[in-house]
Amino acid sequence: MSKEWEPRIVAFFCTWCTYTAADLAGISRMTYAPNARIIRVMCSGRVDPQFVLKAFADGADGVLIGGCHPGDCHYQAGNYKALRRYTLLKRLITELGIEPERLRLEWISASEGDRVQKVMNEMAETIRKLGPLRLERPLPQPLTSPVPSPQAERVRVRSERGAVPLTVSGSGL
Amino acid sequence: MSKPKVGFYWCASCGGCEEAVVDLAEDILKVVEAVDIVFWPVALDFKRSDVEALRDGELAACFVNGAIRTSEQEEMAELLRKKSQLLIAFGSCSHLGGVPGLANLWDRQAIFDYVYKEAPSVTNPEGVVPQEQTKLGSNGYALTLPSFRDSVRTLDQTVEVDYYLPGCPPPVKIIANAVTAILENKLPPKGTVLAPDKALCEECPRKPTKPDKLALKELKRPHQTLIDPEKCLLAQGLLCLGPATRSGCVVPCVSANMPCTGCLGPTSRVKDYGAKALSAIASLIDSEDEREIAALMEQIVDPVGTFYRYSLPASLLHRRIRNLSSSPAEAGEGEQSRRSLAGGAQA
Repeated sequence: MSKEWEPRIVAFFCTWCTYTAADLAGISRMTYAPNARIIRVMCSGRVDPQFVLKAFADGADGVLIGGCHPGDCHYQAGNYKALRRYTLLKRLITELGIEPERLRLEWISASEGDRVQKVMNEMAETIRKLGPLRLERPLPQPLTSPVPSPQAERVRVRSERGAVPLTVSGSGL
Repeated sequence: MSKPKVGFYWCASCGGCEEAVVDLAEDILKVVEAVDIVFWPVALDFKRSDVEALRDGELAACFVNGAIRTSEQEEMAELLRKKSQLLIAFGSCSHLGGVPGLANLWDRQAIFDYVYKEAPSVTNPEGVVPQEQTKLGSNGYALTLPSFRDSVRTLDQTVEVDYYLPGCPPPVKIIANAVTAILENKLPPKGTVLAPDKALCEECPRKPTKPDKLALKELKRPHQTLIDPEKCLLAQGLLCLGPATRSGCVVPCVSANMPCTGCLGPTSRVKDYGAKALSAIASLIDSEDEREIAALMEQIVDPVGTFYRYSLPASLLHRRIRNLSSSPAEAGEGEQSRRSLAGGAQA
């Protein structure tokens, strides 16, 4: 790797608040660290801890979760679920050797474009100080291909040509 | 017509899985009637050379229990893979890494240092640790030991596996069903876990007492409370992993007042058992206050040991990445623990 290392951050933003705020930041032409790949989810409560671990396992140096402020969740309590999972997950990843600062949960409402800018910059700075996560060993993969689940999860992915149904096999990811 | 040949082998395991085969009791006679057991180190005196003498694919099925930790276990897994038509991961350790897989919180060096030098019950002033090769005296004869890897792996991270029998140990019913399916050649697609694909709560005798909405204000461990033998354990505040665990065990633990610890692993929709179990339990906590949530979570003393008790090697991260000096699990282990886990030894 000749190129200088840049922090890689995966950001899960809830569509109602934080993602809209990120849109607002964009429309308002605010500049912020370009290190995050934003993944839009319907609710911060949709962020399965598996998503976070998968991001780390696949090379993310940090994971950011953004949801509505307490009391503001579009689905009443999704952000509280996110908070509970995050609290426990943070302890788990620390024991597994990932610095707790690499995982961050933020409440950002749709009007807080400036907060997106601030949090993104802070997160990039934090990760830059920590350095790359660098999983030292290649993680062993099962040599057996997984069986597609009988109830394979169906998700819809929006492309330029419209909504395309996509069948995701057994993994749940 | 000669009977189909089968084998049993053990790797990094406790022997409980062998016990489970013996637990078939009189039914083992039916098995022996139908098949020839040609390799079973725990019970029969066949050697590795006997397996080597078999033709490739001569074993109709081989059941391998235990995780893969040493070079010898890797060689045996490869040899048995070659000789078997069906290679079946038998039990939690070969399926997901099992309890021995929790050793992935440390590496070879840390384990050797503790086990051979630092453990309070050890006296080893000369600091003797096992060597892979030891030259004896003047005749130059060398004794060898298998090499001990940095990480524990599952069987399917070592060789291709056809089917999985989950559980610690696999429940007799599941073994019997699998043996029948093999003998009658009624097997599902390759890679299937041969157990029901739904959560344990579905077959739990306490299910009727499970409230529609579980809300936990406290997380207790079994020794901290008098357990009601009828009522849902989660509703009593006990950390039962039934909601995240595959069923098929006929619920012996919960029936004996012990919460499920998750030995059958996840259902087919879940990739990382620990993360999903953590998610399930965390969602049930009845609090919306950040500090109170943190305090409640503190009642889970050992998150990795609780949620990854049987599945750390099969998890997304596979092992502890490095030692953080601030890590609570490491507190008090001194200088030793701060050494970063040196990589590279594991293939």
